[in-house]
Amino acid sequence: MSGDARAARGDARGLRRTALTAAGWAVAVAVLAPYAVMFLTAAKPAAELRTTPPRLLPVDWQLENFAAVLGDPGFQSWLRVSVVVAAASTALVVLASVPAAYYTARHRFRGRDAFLFLVLVTQMFSPTALVVGLYREFFELGLVNRSAALVLTNAGFNLAFAVWILRAFFASIPREIEEAAALDGCGRAQALARVVLPLALPGVATAAIFAFIAAWNEYVVALTLMTDPDMRPLTVGITSYVTAYVQHWNLLFAASVIAIVPVVALFAVIERYLVSGLTAGGVK
Amino acid sequence: MAAVVLYPAAELVRASLSRYSITGLHQGFVGLANYGRLLQQEALPAVVANTAVWVVSVVGLTIGLSLGLAQLVDARFPGRRLVRWALIVPWAASLIMTAKLFAWIYDYYFGLLNRSLTGLGLVDAPVDWLGDDATVMGAMIAVGVFVSLPFTTYVLLAGLQTIPGEVYEAARVDGASAWRTYRTVTLPLLRPALLVAAVLNAIYVFNSFPLIWTLNDRNPGFAHDTMVTYMYKIAFKSALRDVGLAAALGVVNVLVILGAVALYLRAASVREAEA
Repeated sequence: MSGDARAARGDARGLRRTALTAAGWAVAVAVLAPYAVMFLTAAKPAAELRTTPPRLLPVDWQLENFAAVLGDPGFQSWLRVSVVVAAASTALVVLASVPAAYYTARHRFRGRDAFLFLVLVTQMFSPTALVVGLYREFFELGLVNRSAALVLTNAGFNLAFAVWILRAFFASIPREIEEAAALDGCGRAQALARVVLPLALPGVATAAIFAFIAAWNEYVVALTLMTDPDMRPLTVGITSYVTAYVQHWNLLFAASVIAIVPVVALFAVIERYLVSGLTAGGVK
Repeated sequence: MAAVVLYPAAELVRASLSRYSITGLHQGFVGLANYGRLLQQEALPAVVANTAVWVVSVVGLTIGLSLGLAQLVDARFPGRRLVRWALIVPWAASLIMTAKLFAWIYDYYFGLLNRSLTGLGLVDAPVDWLGDDATVMGAMIAVGVFVSLPFTTYVLLAGLQTIPGEVYEAARVDGASAWRTYRTVTLPLLRPALLVAAVLNAIYVFNSFPLIWTLNDRNPGFAHDTMVTYMYKIAFKSALRDVGLAAALGVVNVLVILGAVALYLRAASVREAEA
């Protein structure tokens, strides 16, 4: 190959790289633009919400909106409910899914296929489809307006996905490692706790973060079951900033930004496991 | 799991066969009467048609765009990690917050969409995106696609990464062009991932409550509802407050999803048979 041809190919590759980079950044900007509007609206004083024509940037930056939301007793109680529900349901999911996933990954037992099938089918359902039935159930149990109802619902619906992800992680850990641990004098439980679990930790973290985010963002069950304003989680509570009577779009979006940022950070942590998680989840 | 999936499912079926007072008291069984009344609801044909348009357009557009996006974020370029992080934001953000955000952007007087479009001279006068019967479905579909893209792109990306590099190498040696390689090598190998992405998306989009609930909340009646929001309105919001009727529709919805699940399982077993 002559030097010219090689240079031409190098140029073509450079061009391709530039085009890819430009396209990639364009996509990032397009995806983030609406959320930039969210942030910029959150930083506007109330008077600037109703200017025509509307402006993108606030004239008078009012970052105190974020502090105002954080200091709002309503917001504090919604946040408390969200944190309690998401944390408790995630803990339940992890406690139940680790043994279930480990057992189904290591043993063949009667009904194993039926169990995995049930897990798969529940993964497909969202609470939305069953919300009328859920309402009847918790109404009869007297759990309307109790966080326990949300904890149970979220845990139940997220359990399926967690078992599915974790099972694949456990299955990928060679049995020989456990056998070696047994030779070294570890009991079963000890081998599980000291050898298998640490190896499966990325899987456990991925499943836990998924469960947490799903519970954090859940809307329809909370909307239906939590009729008492103080018992609402963030997703339902913040909508009361904008109703037919009051229109605090800046506070609504300040609260949204506060609710979204930690979740995006968590998601970014598991981003590199997402691809393998989806593969493992039987989704691919 | 039994408590939140099987029990409510049973309760849903029981409710669909019962009559309730407006305060929610069980007043005895009525057999299939609720299903008969469901078929007589005037809004039903429009609601079913809306659901079909909603699911087919959102899933179709999402898959088309995600194919390109997956290819893009699979390629190597500086800042790829940041672009992937940006892409997960609509996935991580709660649907209700994104829906509210778009309700604001679409706003007739104060929304930036009308401002941008009139500023660029693309439309002469502002459009009432969420209030005009002609635009509300399109506006909701756009948001539906926006929030479905990240998940779909990641599923397809996972699919792309299972295709061994040697296959591309072989195609290159054979002198295939990039487009031909994509059509004859990548797409067929991506088929399982595509099927799965399509079915799962169809289920999520069918169940998508917060988007339509929020973006359509100004419009009275059921003209732009899907089967899921229609069910919710019958049960909890409308003058009907009819638990039996809503439950009957709920059972129908569950059967629709089960149909999609059956498709998914068939696709999955075809995949395993091929592997």
